[in-house]
Amino acid sequence: MIDVVDLSKSFGKLQVLRSITETIKDGEKVAIIGPSGSGKSTFLRCLNCLEDPTSGSIFFEGKDLADLRVDINLSRRHIGMVFQQFNLFNNKTVMGNITLAPVLVAKSERRKAMRHNTFAAVTNLFSKKKKEKLPVKSKKAIKAEAEENAMRLLERIGLADKAASYPSTLSGGQKQRIAIVRALAMNPKVMLFDEPTSALDPEMVGEVLELIKQVADEGMTMVIVTHEMGFAREVADRILFMDNGIILEQGTPEDIFTNPKQPRLKEFLSKVL
Amino acid sequence: MQAKWEVFYEKFITYDGWRTVVDGLVATLEISVFGLIIGIVLGTIIAAVKVMPKTNIFVRLLSLICDVYVGFFRGTPIVVQLLVGYFVLFPALDVRISALNAAIAIFGMNSGAYVSEIMRSGIQAVDGGQLEAARAVGLSFTTSMVKVVIPQAVKNILPTLGNEFIVLIKETSVASFITVVDITKAFKDIGSSNYEYIIPYLMLAAIYLVLVMIITFAIKLLERRLARVDRRS
Ligand SMILES: Nc1ncnc2c1ncn2[C@@H]1O[C@H](COP(=O)(O)OP(=O)(O)OP(=O)(O)O)[C@@H](O)[C@H]1O
Ligand SMILES: [Mg+2]
Repeated sequence: MIDVVDLSKSFGKLQVLRSITETIKDGEKVAIIGPSGSGKSTFLRCLNCLEDPTSGSIFFEGKDLADLRVDINLSRRHIGMVFQQFNLFNNKTVMGNITLAPVLVAKSERRKAMRHNTFAAVTNLFSKKKKEKLPVKSKKAIKAEAEENAMRLLERIGLADKAASYPSTLSGGQKQRIAIVRALAMNPKVMLFDEPTSALDPEMVGEVLELIKQVADEGMTMVIVTHEMGFAREVADRILFMDNGIILEQGTPEDIFTNPKQPRLKEFLSKVL
Repeated sequence: MQAKWEVFYEKFITYDGWRTVVDGLVATLEISVFGLIIGIVLGTIIAAVKVMPKTNIFVRLLSLICDVYVGFFRGTPIVVQLLVGYFVLFPALDVRISALNAAIAIFGMNSGAYVSEIMRSGIQAVDGGQLEAARAVGLSFTTSMVKVVIPQAVKNILPTLGNEFIVLIKETSVASFITVVDITKAFKDIGSSNYEYIIPYLMLAAIYLVLVMIITFAIKLLERRLARVDRRS
């Protein structure tokens, strides 16, 4: 799904990622753990190029996202991201948050289809090989479809009654679940989570983890940076321990938690468990 | 006081002084309103350049030009800008416009420098996570700005823009340096026609004060409206 090759990232003189090579397989759930400042967030943010890699490649669907000639916006449509601070769009309702990107994408597809059809109409006059016309949805239909889909997702998390609310009126747990649903609305192939529960009050952590688990069970490929060791152990197929810009040790939850090898990992676990 | 009123009354009503005052008020409002509009257009362009990611040479060059522009207009007095513009630059460039239009143009360019700073800081006050979240769902930089960041920035910007309008109205009182007859000049002329300044100048002050109070009130209304949108549930 994602192939990271020789990825390095520096902020000025500070080298945060040191030549990381790693593959995230289809359907795999990967948890990233490690001490603060080890580069977990930076690694995750490089996967969708929110941080531009200093060197190396990120292959996703056969394209190198680190290559500036690749249209990163197209690729990002298929990579969902969930932030620690939720980052719901404050100027949009819950419905607006979920439908903004799907509607814009559908509208841009619509424009493309219309361009294609105009072009086809002209070339069809002159050429024997007739070009197919593409279907063009009306703007109304696009919006209705996106809202229908959003409502389905909201019902699933029991927040359908919040569709018209603004984010400022929601609890942290509600915000984060809506942020997850906003990412899901794009039908992503992979989802990235950066400490999705770290900014939540303790009583709201459960509901968010529960939703992430559900999404995991449906077969979504996931990369999750987390401090919730119990959750990592339960959900992840594989755990990466990052320290000082490299993946120092990795393995199944069993390996990592019951049979850690690196002293740094042992020390880390003794602190967090 | 009685005598002063009579002197003023004679000039103001009998000799049609009020017409000059009305014309002056119109000129003042024209300079401030059109000046602000030009300022908003220029300020938007400059702010847009300033918040663009500085990835290529072209953007960096534009950004440098904007810095020089803003530096010049914020670094020199408006009176000097009026004088240099109207008596030096415009003649040199063979731009033939009326003093009033020159004042509108120069006040507009001046306010563009300030408005650009207002807009830039209004945009930068929006949490960076908003832009990131928009980019993360695949929106381009421009679309993210237009759909997510700028609507939120407007809330920070509009009230401050109202203040800029107030500043502008007050500053236009120096427009007579380039022969524009604004409201200040109108009252000054009335006063100097008979050396009776007390009433004209007090009236002048009162008119500015009323103008400013009206705008302040409008800003308050606007702020309250903008705050409400957020809390709607
Ligand atoms: N935009 C930035 N500019 C400069 N330095 C940065 C930037 N982002 C991160 N860093 C630095 O890079 C290092 C790694 O940061 P990163 O956020 O990836 O760590 P982390 O493992 O996610 O830590 P935490 O568990 O605290 O979230 C830190 O030293 C941090 O200060
Ligand atoms: Mg982090």
